[in-house]
Amino acid sequence: MSTWASADPVSSGALLAVRDLKVTFPTEDGLVKAVDGLTFDLRAGETLGIVGESGSGKSVTSQAIMGLHRGSRAKVEGQIVFDGRDLLKIVDDDLRRMRGRDIAMIFQDPLSALHPYYTVGNQIVEAYRIHNDVSKAAARAHVIDMLDRVGIPNPQKRIDQYPHEFSGGMRQRAMIAMALVNSPRLIIADEPTTALDVTVQAQILNLLVDLQKEFGSSIIIITHDLGVVAELADNIMVMYGGKAVEGSSADEIFYEAEHPYTWGLLQSMPRIDAVKQARLQPIAGNPPSLINPPSGCAFHPRCAFRDDERLGCSSVVPRFEISDEHPTRCLIPQAERRAIFQTQIETRTA
Amino acid sequence: MFAYVVRRIFVGAIMLVVMSLVTYLLFFAAPSDPARFTCGKNCSPELIEQNRKALGYDKPVFVQYGQFLKGVFVGREFPDDPELKKSAPETIAECPAPCLGYSPLQSDTVSSLIATAAPVSISLALAAFILWMVLGISGGVIAALYKGRLIDRALVGSALIVYSFPTFFIGLSLYIFVAIKWQLTPIPVYTSISDGGIGPWLYGLFLPSLTLALIYIAGYIRLTRAFVLESMGEDYIRTARAKGLTQRRILGKHTMRAALTPIATVAGLDLGGLLAGAIITETVFNYNGLGKLAVQAATTYDLPTTVGIVIVAATFIITANIVVDVLYAVIDPRVKYS
Repeated sequence: MSTWASADPVSSGALLAVRDLKVTFPTEDGLVKAVDGLTFDLRAGETLGIVGESGSGKSVTSQAIMGLHRGSRAKVEGQIVFDGRDLLKIVDDDLRRMRGRDIAMIFQDPLSALHPYYTVGNQIVEAYRIHNDVSKAAARAHVIDMLDRVGIPNPQKRIDQYPHEFSGGMRQRAMIAMALVNSPRLIIADEPTTALDVTVQAQILNLLVDLQKEFGSSIIIITHDLGVVAELADNIMVMYGGKAVEGSSADEIFYEAEHPYTWGLLQSMPRIDAVKQARLQPIAGNPPSLINPPSGCAFHPRCAFRDDERLGCSSVVPRFEISDEHPTRCLIPQAERRAIFQTQIETRTA
Repeated sequence: MFAYVVRRIFVGAIMLVVMSLVTYLLFFAAPSDPARFTCGKNCSPELIEQNRKALGYDKPVFVQYGQFLKGVFVGREFPDDPELKKSAPETIAECPAPCLGYSPLQSDTVSSLIATAAPVSISLALAAFILWMVLGISGGVIAALYKGRLIDRALVGSALIVYSFPTFFIGLSLYIFVAIKWQLTPIPVYTSISDGGIGPWLYGLFLPSLTLALIYIAGYIRLTRAFVLESMGEDYIRTARAKGLTQRRILGKHTMRAALTPIATVAGLDLGGLLAGAIITETVFNYNGLGKLAVQAATTYDLPTTVGIVIVAATFIITANIVVDVLYAVIDPRVKYS
C-alpha cells in the first residue's frame, strides 16, 4: 500500500486517508487557497512528516484534520477519512468527541497554547474527564502518572503549578501529556519543537519517539526543519504553496530527493558532516502568493533548474505522480533530476 | 503579598493627607474671605467676625489645617475656646472624630452631612453597578458570539447612541416618559432601608440607577465584546477546542476567565469613582446624595463641606485602586507582588 496512492479511502486500510483536500479562505483580496488538493495515507503506528516553509499549508492541513476550521469562514473540501469515517461529513458533536480522544494535537508554542489562568493539572484533567466518566481524584492520579511518563519531575507538585511556572521544555512536555492523556490513535504535532531551545528540541523529539512506541499512536509531525523529521518520520511529504511537491520515505528524501524545492531545504540545513567552510544556501525569493499563485509550476520563480523553453516551467502545471512510490511535482524528467541531485546537490550537502 | 497590601495602604494614607492639604490650601488660601460666606445675604459685619472666630478662620492657614487634622483624628469643638466652654457650654458645637469641619450654612457638621448623603450615593452606585455589569457583560458576550451579524450590529450601534447622549437627557427622558407619562414606575423617591424596607428602596432606586447604568452598559458592551473576541482568538482557545471541549464549556470557562479579568479592573475603578456621588443623576432625580451635596456646597461657597466631600471622594478612589490591584493578584496567577 502506498502512502501517496489514491485508493478508496475507506478500504485502503489506512488509519487516516486524505483525498484531494482543499482549504480556502475568502478574503477581501480574493480567495486564499491555503491547501490545494492534498492526498496521502497514514497507517496505524506510522509517522508522517509534513515539511514546508511558512504559508505552505502544513498547519492548515493539520487544523483541517482536527476540524478546527468548522464555524469559521474557511471552506474545506475533499475527504478526510479517519478509521473509515469521513471527518468532513460527520456532525459537529461527533467530531468534538473524537477530538482529544482519537486525534490529539500538540501545538507550536506551549506558553500561548496553555491557558495562563489555570493550573497545568486543571487543564489536563479537563482533557481527560471530558472523554472519560471518572472522578476528579481518579483523573488527577492518571494525570500525575502521565506527567511522570513524559518526564516531568516531581509531578505531584508540578500538577498544581501554572504554565508560567514551567520552563519551555517542561511546558511542551505538559502539552504532550495533555495530548496523550486519552491514548489517541493519531497525534498531530504542529511544529512541536520550534519554540524550544535547541538542547531541549532533541529531548522532546526523543520523548515523542519513545511514547509512540509505548502508545502505538500514529503521528503527523509538521515542521519546516527536515532535521526534525529525519529520525522521527517513516514518510515525508514536502509542501509548497498549498500543494504536495514531493512524497517519499524518510530515508530517500535525504539520499534521493527529486524536487528542486526539497534540494533547497536540504542545502539550507546545517549538517555536522558538511564540508568545512561550506555556507548554508538559502532558497532565493519569497513564498508564493496563495491568492494568485505563479502560473505553471508554483516553484518556478525560485527554481534554479527551471527551463521555460524546453519544459515550459512557467506555463505548464506539473502533476503529482501519485502512482509512484516517490511522487514529485516537477516538469524536469526524472532521470535528469536524479542526475542533478547526484552531481550538484548531494555532493554539496553530504 | 501581605507586605504589599500594607505598603499600599500606607502610601494611600499619605496620598490622602497630601490630598487634604492641597484641597484645604486651595480653598482657604483663595482671595475671597471664607468668613464672608458663613452666613446668608444679610450678613452683619459683627456676625462675620463672630463666625470667623468661631470657625478659627482668624488663625493662620497652617494652624487651621492642624486643627482640621486634629478634628479628623480626635474631634474638635466650635469655637475652640475653653473659657467659653466653661461659661456657656450650650453655645459650643461638638464635632466628634472624624470631624471634617463645620458648615455654618447648613448648621451641621460636615461629617454628619456626608453620613446622611453617603448611603444615597452608595445605594445608587451599587444598584447601577449590578445593572451595568449584568447587562453590559451579557450584551458584550452576545455581540461577540454573533460578531458581524444583525444582533451584534444592533447592540454595538445602540450602545454607541446611548453612549453619546448626555446623562441628564437620558435621566430626564426616563423620568418624564417612564415615570410621569406612561406611569410604568412610581415617581422615584429615595427611601432608605431602615425607613421602608428593601422593596421601596429598590423601587426608588430603579430609574436613577438605570440612568446611571445605561451609560456604563454602553461602554461595557463594547469593552466585553472586544475582550471576548480577543480571547477567542488566543491559542489556548484552539487548544481547548482540540481537547474536544463543548462550545459552552470553552466560552464559560476558558474565554470568560480571560475576558473578565481586565473588566474586573475597569469595573472596580468605575465603581470607586461612582461611590462618591453621581452629580447629574442625583440632581435630575433630586436625590440627596454626595453628588448633589457637592454641587450645593460649591454653588453656595460652603467651603468646609466642599473640602470634606473632596476628601471622601479621594478616599473612595484610592481605596478602589488598592482593592483592584490586590484583586488582580488573586485572579491572575501570573501577578505576584512582593
